[in-house]
Amino acid sequence: MMDTLILSRIQFAANISFHILFPTITIALGWFLLFFKLRFQWTGDLKWMEAYRFWVKVFALSFAMGVVSGITMSFQFGTNWPGFMEKVGNIAGPLLAYEVMTAFFLEAVFIGIMLFGFSRVPGWLHTTATFLVAFGTTMSTFWIIVLNSWMHTPQGFEMIDGVAHATDWWAIIFNPSMPYRLAHMLLASGLTVAFVIAGVAAFRYIRGDRKETVRSQIRVGVTFAALLIPVQILMGDMHGLNTMEHQPAKVAAMEGNWSDTDGNTPLILFALPNSETRENDFEIGVPNMASIILTHHAEGAIPALDEFVTEDGEVLHPPVGKVFWSFRTMVGTGMAMLLISWGALFFLWRRKPCEETGTDRRFMVRHLPKPLLWALVPMAFSGWVATLAGWYTTEIGRQPWLVQGVMSTAEAVADVPAPMVLSTLLGYLAIYAALLVAYVSVIVYIATKATKDEPLDSMTPASGEAVVDAISREDRGMAPAE
Amino acid sequence: MEFLGYPATTSLPFIFAALMGVSILLYVILDGYDLGVGILTPLADSDPQRDMMVASIGPFWDANETWLVLAVGLLLVAFPAAHGLILSTLYLPVFVMLVGLILRGVSFEFRVKARAKHKHLWNRLFFIGSLMTTLAQGFMLGLYVMGLQFTMTTVLFSVLCALALTVGYAFIGATWLILKGEDTLQRRAVRWARTCIGGLIVGIGAISLASPLVSPRIWEKWFTFPEILWLSPLPIVSLALLALLWRSLATLPQADDRGAWVPFGIALALYVLAFLGLAYSFYPYVVPEQLTIYEAASAPESLFIILIGALFVVPTILGYTALAYWVFRGKTKALRYD
Repeated sequence: MMDTLILSRIQFAANISFHILFPTITIALGWFLLFFKLRFQWTGDLKWMEAYRFWVKVFALSFAMGVVSGITMSFQFGTNWPGFMEKVGNIAGPLLAYEVMTAFFLEAVFIGIMLFGFSRVPGWLHTTATFLVAFGTTMSTFWIIVLNSWMHTPQGFEMIDGVAHATDWWAIIFNPSMPYRLAHMLLASGLTVAFVIAGVAAFRYIRGDRKETVRSQIRVGVTFAALLIPVQILMGDMHGLNTMEHQPAKVAAMEGNWSDTDGNTPLILFALPNSETRENDFEIGVPNMASIILTHHAEGAIPALDEFVTEDGEVLHPPVGKVFWSFRTMVGTGMAMLLISWGALFFLWRRKPCEETGTDRRFMVRHLPKPLLWALVPMAFSGWVATLAGWYTTEIGRQPWLVQGVMSTAEAVADVPAPMVLSTLLGYLAIYAALLVAYVSVIVYIATKATKDEPLDSMTPASGEAVVDAISREDRGMAPAE
Repeated sequence: MEFLGYPATTSLPFIFAALMGVSILLYVILDGYDLGVGILTPLADSDPQRDMMVASIGPFWDANETWLVLAVGLLLVAFPAAHGLILSTLYLPVFVMLVGLILRGVSFEFRVKARAKHKHLWNRLFFIGSLMTTLAQGFMLGLYVMGLQFTMTTVLFSVLCALALTVGYAFIGATWLILKGEDTLQRRAVRWARTCIGGLIVGIGAISLASPLVSPRIWEKWFTFPEILWLSPLPIVSLALLALLWRSLATLPQADDRGAWVPFGIALALYVLAFLGLAYSFYPYVVPEQLTIYEAASAPESLFIILIGALFVVPTILGYTALAYWVFRGKTKALRYD
């Protein structure tokens, strides 16, 4: 029979894993919507408005999923982890309060205007609302990453009678891992959405939807993905080095390095870490590579797991197999993103003669090889896979600590009977599974439906002042506003 | 730190209890009307009418729900000891409420985006979610009033509260529809509101009677001289408002939509009065009879840093909330993205 601690951990992990899927989409999709809207206002080209209209539906759905699963999380602090707030509430509390005050209300109020206010407000106000929703989701990311990073690299506080008291808010907010984690998460969201846009558009294209907007969406998705992925790989490397400095046990687990403390450490490509023998079974590695990546020297020493076992045998490092494989899943997915986005960009970039005009053209979606186009479709999920794997790496990698070096996860758990936690856990799992299926199938459904839509040839006055503004500017023969 | 001559350890917990109270009140009123509309959706006589009902709350529900997040956030940041105690005692009802909130929140989107043949399923989930949320909230309110003890009496009382809150939310939802709806929908909403009044009287009455009976402390706070003198306006004004409401509902709808705002206005006032009564009963406790706000409060320096932010941010929030209500003023139109 599993105990309350492990059940509560599974429940929180299930909840937060389900939750993060949707912010990962809305954080960047908000900015993509603003991009589509501004492109339309500047060019007057209706294909951007079609892109906006399609993706705003996905945004609304993802936003609702994120809101309801987020509320669930805020309650679970109290129902399952009361010890957390009792011990570090003086620090976590204000950060959460600022998230609610500066982000949640902003998004929640302006999303109403953004979704349903199109024909009720002037164009500038609708664009402002779109901006504020995107800005709100990003602010929310900032505050929650601040808190999460503080749990990994706590500073700026003192312990009085077993309770943390803030001494330096600047140090708390700008704690050592925060900038890396924030950049890593924002880029992860950007990549996720770039691949979702490219993937869904490729799906429509394959289904025979050759509208200008679909081709533009493939181009936009592929281009952003190709631009962001090298930055993300660089950022991931910097984040890893930062982790080695502050949470060496996590890096030791990521590398599967049990005992090697003298350098020349291999990069392990495959292994089954064995916590009984404290060794890797079936290890395949590249000699010296881990040392090179982490210390930039072939002989450099990297942290080893054995350093985190106390003399009386208490294990103060995370479970190795889960961290090791989550990390490899994330990196592997990142490599697939690099390969596919750069491959696709290469074929788009190649100059090829256009059949109708005979002149050489770049950026023709029809120049993409079929297999690459097909590969883009499942890659729509790549961002989710990489993001989850990355979060598992960092969060499981923090165990057995809840707040690194300050409080253990076991200290925080509520005194709720295990069967009660089990029953709610099963309830949540059933709902999450059903909603995930519903979410993906509705997006497939609206994408399928959109392939049958006629492209916009004009927009009637009833369809919004924002549009009327842009169209009438064109009708009067004026240059599109800069 | 000192405020107005009082040390921070006394004034900050009071300020935060007040802030928390205001967010709970705003939540109960705002999400109250949209949960209420959700509860009333099965009574719609046609699919377009149901769409119109949902449209009347579509642009607002998300922001309304955020007040709950703020309230539980304030409880968590300002009174961490009480937060853990209350929420782990209410473990199962909280779960029911969260499932309800999840179901109704996503149904707003799914019911219009999923295949047409699935719409009725999402409509049903929307209703079930609204009802679950409301029943769970009412049940929790009841247990809270009873000092978070599980006995036969307290559970029965909590069930009564759950039903009373359902009527209460349906009532304010109906008055919202009188304000935002037209024609048949408005006429039906008047009927729904009238039906709810009886339940409302029973509900408020039961809670008002039970609280002093179970708690000698509350009895003493209400039924001593001279407190009873300046407390007497609370029940008297409530009764007067109910009478006014009855008259208003009898004459609605009127030509040119005159007075359509009156029932919603009265509902607001009744909620505020009932809330003031509860707040007076429980002060200074944050967990009835167990933990006062002063015992449960977190460190003053952390509360202070939140307060500074709140002084700037909360007026801004109220400002742009007002903007949203102004943008979507007047009678509800169908919800469209274009």
